[in-house]
Amino acid sequence: MTSTDTTSSNTTTMSSDISLLDPGHKAAGLTATNVACWFGTKKVLEGVNLDMAPGQVTALIGPSGCGKSTFLRTLNRMHELVPSATLAGEILIDGVDIYRGAIPVTDVRRRIGMVFQKPNPFPAMTVAENVLAGLKLSGLKTTRSERDDLIESCLSKAGLWNEVKNRLGDPGRALSGGQQQRLCIARSLAVSPQVLLMDEPCSALDPTSTRRIEQTISEISETITVVIVTHNMQQAQRVSHRCAFFLAAENEPGRIIEEGPTKDIFTNPRDSRTNDYVNGRFG
Amino acid sequence: MSVIGQSTSPDLAGDSSPEHVVDPVVRRSGVDRIFRGVASGSGILTFILMGLIGGFLLLKGYDALKVAGWGFLTDSEWAPDQGGKFGIAAILPFTVQIAVVALFIAVPVALSTALFITEYAPRKLRRVLTAMIDLLAAVPSLIYGLWGLFYLQPRLITLSKWMADHMGWVPFFHVDDQYGTSLGIFPSSTFVSGVIVSLMVIPICTAVMREVFSQAPPGEREGAMALGGTRWGVVRDVILPFGRGGIIGGSMLGLGRALGETIAVTLIISPAFTAKWSILDQGSNSIAALIALKFSESSTFGISALMAAGLALFIITLLVNAAASTVVSKSRSGASTEI
Ligand SMILES: Nc1ncnc2c1ncn2[C@@H]1O[C@H](COP(=O)(O)OP(=O)(O)OP(=O)(O)O)[C@@H](O)[C@H]1O
Ligand SMILES: [Mg+2]
Repeated sequence: MTSTDTTSSNTTTMSSDISLLDPGHKAAGLTATNVACWFGTKKVLEGVNLDMAPGQVTALIGPSGCGKSTFLRTLNRMHELVPSATLAGEILIDGVDIYRGAIPVTDVRRRIGMVFQKPNPFPAMTVAENVLAGLKLSGLKTTRSERDDLIESCLSKAGLWNEVKNRLGDPGRALSGGQQQRLCIARSLAVSPQVLLMDEPCSALDPTSTRRIEQTISEISETITVVIVTHNMQQAQRVSHRCAFFLAAENEPGRIIEEGPTKDIFTNPRDSRTNDYVNGRFG
Repeated sequence: MSVIGQSTSPDLAGDSSPEHVVDPVVRRSGVDRIFRGVASGSGILTFILMGLIGGFLLLKGYDALKVAGWGFLTDSEWAPDQGGKFGIAAILPFTVQIAVVALFIAVPVALSTALFITEYAPRKLRRVLTAMIDLLAAVPSLIYGLWGLFYLQPRLITLSKWMADHMGWVPFFHVDDQYGTSLGIFPSSTFVSGVIVSLMVIPICTAVMREVFSQAPPGEREGAMALGGTRWGVVRDVILPFGRGGIIGGSMLGLGRALGETIAVTLIISPAFTAKWSILDQGSNSIAALIALKFSESSTFGISALMAAGLALFIITLLVNAAASTVVSKSRSGASTEI
């Protein structure tokens, strides 16, 4: 999958040519060790250990407020953007610490992309510009044909190409909510991340868009490690290889109660609380 | 077939012909009706007030305008009481020159200050700076004028001379003086008064721009950061496009104040009645300063002439603001992504 041949091969295949910018690109593993998080003096997460293996889809599940989003945001250094937010512990990408290591924070965020719960395309940019926004933001230079290829391949991967191919010049805000979310996914893919974090990416979407995005996740997971937060148990079972169950007891920080292969978590959980949650008995 | 709720754009509604289009009936509650009344009343009041001011100026200036005719726009001198000619052909360009100099300095400074405060400053510094800018915006212009007169003016002379000596090839900076560029010709210029006016414009522009930038949607901001955006990238792709309306609005507010600034200009300039390109040398003017200087010593007819000049200033300000608001309405400040 080294597409060093950037001359217009013009293939519209859905194969993985996201390596456009970084020929050596491949999925990276993330390891969280003993992560704890605070907002001000309030501790919301404690003792989180999780290994997110390269090329795997990891689902984070758990009731509302248990710290799933917070944990996800520590993984690409978005947590520190919140005033008064602090954290302890260690997060490694392919063995390199993302907080204390030599990787600049902008590179951390480019290598570990994020799709937010609420679609947030850049409303003033066109659909095409939205896809390329990440390149512009990080100052990467591309040729015209590279850009055209990238727009088409990323939008195809996000399952949006057919809907927008004739309106690439429309502003991003002119799309529907589901289309906007898929545009955000395309935008994240365009910078060829090694990890993609998704925070309830389908919560505002209709079943068709949801299925499309799930399909996208399975397709990209060969080359991109995916970590997805979801409240939808069926979705977790459909898309993920591994699953981590978060829970916060009353007035206590959230922690991982159980973690393992998705099948085990859903059919044969070790902890009774996991069993209760995945069977819809609380949360 | 009922077309309620999808009728706003008949041409898109497919087979439904315009007769089917429903005009939505809105029933308002009592409180809502009262509020609506009060709000639209105040809105109308603004219009009435503007009409009254314009009408008043026109009425008072009518006598002078009748005498001067088109000469009011083409004559440079100002001698209504001596039975001479009078017109705004010199003072209007001077007024605009001062305002342009002020904005030329104020807008870049205000823009970078506002960006620094919202995007780069540490949280504590941000709060302090915001408070200080708001405070500066509230300082009366007389204070700026006095400070400018006693502190800044002597120091700007050297700068003026340097610009005249080294950048004289720029028409605005060219000084034509028989004695060469001696320091004595620089103190009372368009440039010096423009700089001092810019000082009082900067806080207002900054306050408006900062307010708008701070309202940039956090979702877009985080989206840009999550793509690996640098701070400058976020500013360029999120903050500036969002804040365009605020930048223009803040600048126009500043321009309005610069055009109408009286005290500072009156203190600095030595009145001139011949329009010129050069802004560095002795002699400038402005409509507001003219009115302030001449008002107490004018006859009824002289005052009528001043009123006519005031009308010209009023119209210029309205035109500038109308132009600005059309630009602003085409930008998207305040709008963010909707689902
Ligand atoms: N910006 C913030 N400031 C203060 N507290 C916060 C902030 N964001 C989150 N919290 C707190 O941190 C805890 C974890 O929140 P988080 O958003 O991670 O939960 P979550 O598991 O993602 O929930 P949901 O499923 O509802 O999205 C909550 O108790 C919440 O109140
Ligand atoms: Mg959440």
